[in-house]
Amino acid sequence: MSAANPQTDQQTHHRPGERPVSQTEAALLEQVCEALHEATPLQIQGGNSKHFLGRKTQGEVLDITAHQGVVSYDPTELVITVRAGTSMQQLETLLAEQGQILGCEPPHLGDNATVGGMVATGLSGPRRPWSGSVRDFVLGTKVITGHGKLLRFGGEVMKNVAGYDLSRLMAGSFGCLGILTEVSMKVLPKPRNEYHLSIPCNQAEALQKLSLWGQQPLPITAACHYQEQLYLRLEGGEASVKNFADSLQGQEIDPEFWTQLREQQLAFFQDSRPLWRLSLPANAPQLNLEGDSLIDWGGAQRWLKTDQPEAALREAAENAGGHATCYTPDITDQPLHPLQPLLIRYHQQLKAQLDPKGIFNPGRMYSDY
Amino acid sequence: MNILHDERLDGVLPMPDRTALLHKLNIRLPDLHVLHRKEELKPYECDGLAAYRTTPLLVILPETLEQVQVIMQTCNELKVPVVARGAGTGLSGGALPLEQGVLLVMAKFNRILEVNPEGRFARVQPGVRNLAISEASAMHSLYYAPDPSSQIACSIGGNVAENAGGVHCLKYGLTVHNLISVDIITVEGEFMTLGSDALDSPGFDLMALFTGSEGMLGIVVEVKVKLLPKPQVARVLMASFDDVEKAGLAVGNIIAAGIIPGGLEMMDNLAIRAAEDFIHAGYPVEAEAILLCELDGVESDVDEESARVQEVLQQSGATAVQTAKDEAERQRFWAGRKNAFPAVGRISPDYYCMDGTIPRRELPGVLKGIAELSERYDLRVANVFHAGDGNMHPLILFDADVPGGLEKAEALGGQILELCVKVGGSITGEHGVGREKINQMCSQFNDDELELFHAVKAAFDPDRLLNPGKNIPTLHRCAEFGAMHIHHGELPFPELERF
Repeated sequence: MSAANPQTDQQTHHRPGERPVSQTEAALLEQVCEALHEATPLQIQGGNSKHFLGRKTQGEVLDITAHQGVVSYDPTELVITVRAGTSMQQLETLLAEQGQILGCEPPHLGDNATVGGMVATGLSGPRRPWSGSVRDFVLGTKVITGHGKLLRFGGEVMKNVAGYDLSRLMAGSFGCLGILTEVSMKVLPKPRNEYHLSIPCNQAEALQKLSLWGQQPLPITAACHYQEQLYLRLEGGEASVKNFADSLQGQEIDPEFWTQLREQQLAFFQDSRPLWRLSLPANAPQLNLEGDSLIDWGGAQRWLKTDQPEAALREAAENAGGHATCYTPDITDQPLHPLQPLLIRYHQQLKAQLDPKGIFNPGRMYSDY
Repeated sequence: MNILHDERLDGVLPMPDRTALLHKLNIRLPDLHVLHRKEELKPYECDGLAAYRTTPLLVILPETLEQVQVIMQTCNELKVPVVARGAGTGLSGGALPLEQGVLLVMAKFNRILEVNPEGRFARVQPGVRNLAISEASAMHSLYYAPDPSSQIACSIGGNVAENAGGVHCLKYGLTVHNLISVDIITVEGEFMTLGSDALDSPGFDLMALFTGSEGMLGIVVEVKVKLLPKPQVARVLMASFDDVEKAGLAVGNIIAAGIIPGGLEMMDNLAIRAAEDFIHAGYPVEAEAILLCELDGVESDVDEESARVQEVLQQSGATAVQTAKDEAERQRFWAGRKNAFPAVGRISPDYYCMDGTIPRRELPGVLKGIAELSERYDLRVANVFHAGDGNMHPLILFDADVPGGLEKAEALGGQILELCVKVGGSITGEHGVGREKINQMCSQFNDDELELFHAVKAAFDPDRLLNPGKNIPTLHRCAEFGAMHIHHGELPFPELERF
């Protein structure tokens, strides 16, 4: 064993201290500490593009949009780290310049949508069933906690199983567990070839075809059915896209269709009846609920314009193995699908641990926390 | 610092009354399979991290959900710690038993309950082996994507607990990306389903939180996994390099060309030689590094991509690029890589496998750092690397029969992990923290972050009965760890047992 020489070669094990704080982060942290001190509830707000989702809450607005910008981006690592107030538009433009995309194809639902809002709401676009959800692409986060600390979880690497996965927990938590200040996401190369088409068929036929195709390695990356037409996006290698497209003999369509679908700009969404989202197993049968319906996610996301009572919709969704969310404000006091009592208890306990003063978007998801 | 549970550093455990527990279980579950004699407990003293052993208080092998519920209710009433275990193949001591705790072995939950080709899912019990899921789905041309190298033996319950990876993660994701729902028995013995049959579920994403939580938040009793259509073809290219750095750059160049390979693996010279001696895979033993790049999908796409990858590899300075000419050669190329660990085991009495991850661009610097550490500690290190996703598996060669040999290997391993953290990586990519890396957690997370982890634990297990002492170190342990001085890369008085 080598001799020790404490004078020249002594070091202790590295212990991380406080994480670096930027100026805008410091400002947010200060506001949170003040709110904690006064026990003032906060309404966390980015571009305010998805404010209509979830329950209405009271509280002082905490605007994160000043905290914006790209922290690091190395296309060959397939990772980008951005501040939460960064606009989605800016992020996607930057990725497009490098021939890359966000695999979850998140909807903006407004001009000013931010990265923080994307993660907090966890909404994914048409590519979701084939590529993954927002949660799936989150690699790391910096979070202001309910204890008034700025902490870092996960990181910029693809694989990281040290500690609990708090970064992925943040996705879809509507800001109820902490304030995101920075997010690292995995990104993907844009597929080399694409072809967009529609083929005429009814809903039942479409579901049947999609179920069959789903069991084969085919280059489908989006599938939507509306008004007797099945819309498909094919992406991948040149030959595989061409071969499958040829076999379908459909009508080529404008790729803008998928943006309009994702952003809820298709004529379907203009209907004045309340909009409901049913998240179901892709192979669930046609539900035959009253109203106008549109199928996305190859069958796993079904939009409904309907005046049907809430209870009937929730029951139908549950019976089919899924859940229902109301996207139109003021229709119900509980737009998100109710939780089982045991799950509510654990949600409350988790909320109490991570946000003990209950200042982060209280009541935004459920009245219980 | 010894990693066996130390109450002074890891928190005081309840002192359970073994007789009372046995008595209560016997009344409530007369048919329950309980092991309690010394010779029966022996085989369960360790998991895949065999250097550390503890005899559990009892070993319980439940067969039904109701039994698990009653066991948890009883242990919760009597405040008995419970360590859950699947196949026991974990490499980080996540299922290392506690003297004062029950070892809950889920091996009898070994049934595949449903394979549904239309829904593209399989519903399985937690003791089902990873590979068995793909085998059962093969008749529908479907498979379960995550493939840890232990897939022939490891169980899906353990995969969920560890968020297991494998060689195909870059393209197909980790366990967390391939789950639909997970059924849990809580510490109080209640049943709950996390996730749903749909692609998302209301509320917080507790399924993501539980995945990789190392049995510290609940007991996995059923898993519904996603099945994928089997790729039509898979082709593997092997490139040789006279310089490790060039091989590292080639990986970035492949990805920059817009290609996500199904698998992308790197081995250094020592690993190549060991594997070649063992498997005769046809590896170039003179090469400083090889890259194995697997492309899978529809045949025409794979053709297109192979040509592009070949070009990129050559432009990146590969001295030779070889495409496996048939399925047999492809299998042989992979056999060398998949058997790299046992191959290294043949050239050294013992080896210690690390699991750090790094941003790929840091590879040259980290390999240089590892070489320096290897020299300083006078221990050889073979490098096997999931190059596509930045997950390194340096294998430290040592002899446990030499006094202090294991401690020295562990000290070197710890330094390698700290190096990974320093360049922005993580101490573990897929093996988990368990007990093995409990000290290195102190290098990756600050005290406030560790406190928040403990807060999460408290939300689901306030009395710390589920796998206590694993995964998240106490602040007390970290304080002592931080204060431990390193001299010439070694701890002072290495002959003394630490804590």
